[in-house]
Amino acid sequence: MITETVVIVGGGQAGAQAAVSLRQEGFEGRVVLIGDEPVLPYQRPPLSKTFLAGELAKERLFIKPAAFYEKINVEHILGETVSAIDSSQQVVSLNGGQTLDYSHLILATGGQVRQLDCPGASHPQVHYLRTLADVEAMQDKFTAGARLVVIGGGYVGLETAAVAVKHGLKVTLLVARPTPLSRVTSPEVGKFFRDVHREAGVTLCCNTGVESIEDDAGDGEVAAVVTDSGYRVLADIVVVGIGLLPHVELAESAGVACDNGIVVDEYGRTSVDNIYAAGDCANHPNPIYQRRLRLESVQNAVDQGKAVAATICGKDKPYAQVPWFWSDQYDLKLQTAGINSGYDQAVVRGEIASRSFAVFYLHEGRLLAVDAINRPAEFVVARNILSKGLSVSAERLQDESIPAKALADEQAEKSVKKEGPSQQVA
Amino acid sequence: MIKVTYIESDGTSRDVNVEEGVNLMDAALDNMVPGIDGDCGGVCACATCHVHVEPSWIDKLKPMDETEDAMLELTDDRNENSRLGCQIVATPELDGLIVYTPEGQH
Repeated sequence: MITETVVIVGGGQAGAQAAVSLRQEGFEGRVVLIGDEPVLPYQRPPLSKTFLAGELAKERLFIKPAAFYEKINVEHILGETVSAIDSSQQVVSLNGGQTLDYSHLILATGGQVRQLDCPGASHPQVHYLRTLADVEAMQDKFTAGARLVVIGGGYVGLETAAVAVKHGLKVTLLVARPTPLSRVTSPEVGKFFRDVHREAGVTLCCNTGVESIEDDAGDGEVAAVVTDSGYRVLADIVVVGIGLLPHVELAESAGVACDNGIVVDEYGRTSVDNIYAAGDCANHPNPIYQRRLRLESVQNAVDQGKAVAATICGKDKPYAQVPWFWSDQYDLKLQTAGINSGYDQAVVRGEIASRSFAVFYLHEGRLLAVDAINRPAEFVVARNILSKGLSVSAERLQDESIPAKALADEQAEKSVKKEGPSQQVA
Repeated sequence: MIKVTYIESDGTSRDVNVEEGVNLMDAALDNMVPGIDGDCGGVCACATCHVHVEPSWIDKLKPMDETEDAMLELTDDRNENSRLGCQIVATPELDGLIVYTPEGQH
């Protein structure tokens, strides 16, 4: 019998999970993980949080120790990129010249940071934050008193600003939109985070784009960030966090259908036989929202990695998860469940000023998502409501006399009653 | 070193020597203890490092906080001895601790 080989392109969270899950699902063939970074798969979320802050040792970033991959017999080729896929012969070619035959190919290629597009963007003090190497390259600049300009008001920008200001850097945060986190949350929650950062000492400017980066003294040491509002902010270091572009070039060159990422079905299958995709790069259908999503999160990478591994092993485990995200800034833990886009009602539970509240997002009375700030119970209950498709009412969600935990149970009873006697609870 | 015994759902038992200050999730991952995923990296955000603590030990642990209590609601088989491994930090008083790992995390 010919041994099957699974080749995984991408050494991030999704790739690592797929490798582990293949073994857990009983795959006995060869598993080869190819990563373009020179290190074993690691967790990215701490890069802009505890690792940047120097509170987490590098060894703790790795998803599994090297011995683990040996034990489960997963080969890895690190620091190498795949240059081509021949889908008819089922062969991948590496930049180093090596070729590998595959029975199944998993594209877990993630993405690359969106580059700043303005004059002077290649100034030596301009950094991005996506990889371990990125953080290591900027860490010695993270000293008290240094002037930092953060460009971008997403998770990465806000988390970087929070770590920096705590370390005594002088931080200016430039946000192109009217509020931070505008792509992922509501103006209410965005304003809350804006105010939190300002109170912490960050100079946070909204509605502010970047015109150019100048070299202040002509020696590459200090960058001057020129804003479209006419300011010129000096920076010993600039960190840009303006989003991610999915890596699709390899897939496209192999004839795999791509549209805002690599298009997959609920099993992680692409348009080409025996090629799958998982993680940040995969545009997938979500049955809860009944539309396609491309998510950049650990949860998505892990759960899609599992789904693809199951598919390859002939087990039907369609990917149908409630997306969830988290962000740590100062003493705040933001936990988001679901996707709020298209909401027509935002229900606040608790007092925003107390720094412990949740905002539930509804569309025509149906729950879409929650942002829970230091409110883990609301996050948990929202995940349950979303995954079970329970009905909710705005009045109850904001009624703090009802414990968060009870929201799901009583809603469950209510929705069963509403649906009539034919629906029985097991 | 603090000795912690992880017992799997099939009864397999393994002793792990955990350095003081290291949490039980990291110790499990370092020592390839199955059943502990730790997807969020130990920041109490995912509940994939659920363990059942041997009842005689449960009172010796630092009480859980509100976040851990809430996150445990995501687990399938929570009981009064449920904790998240990432929130149990090895200290000398915990030498000999026994925890049971689930068959798989949710």
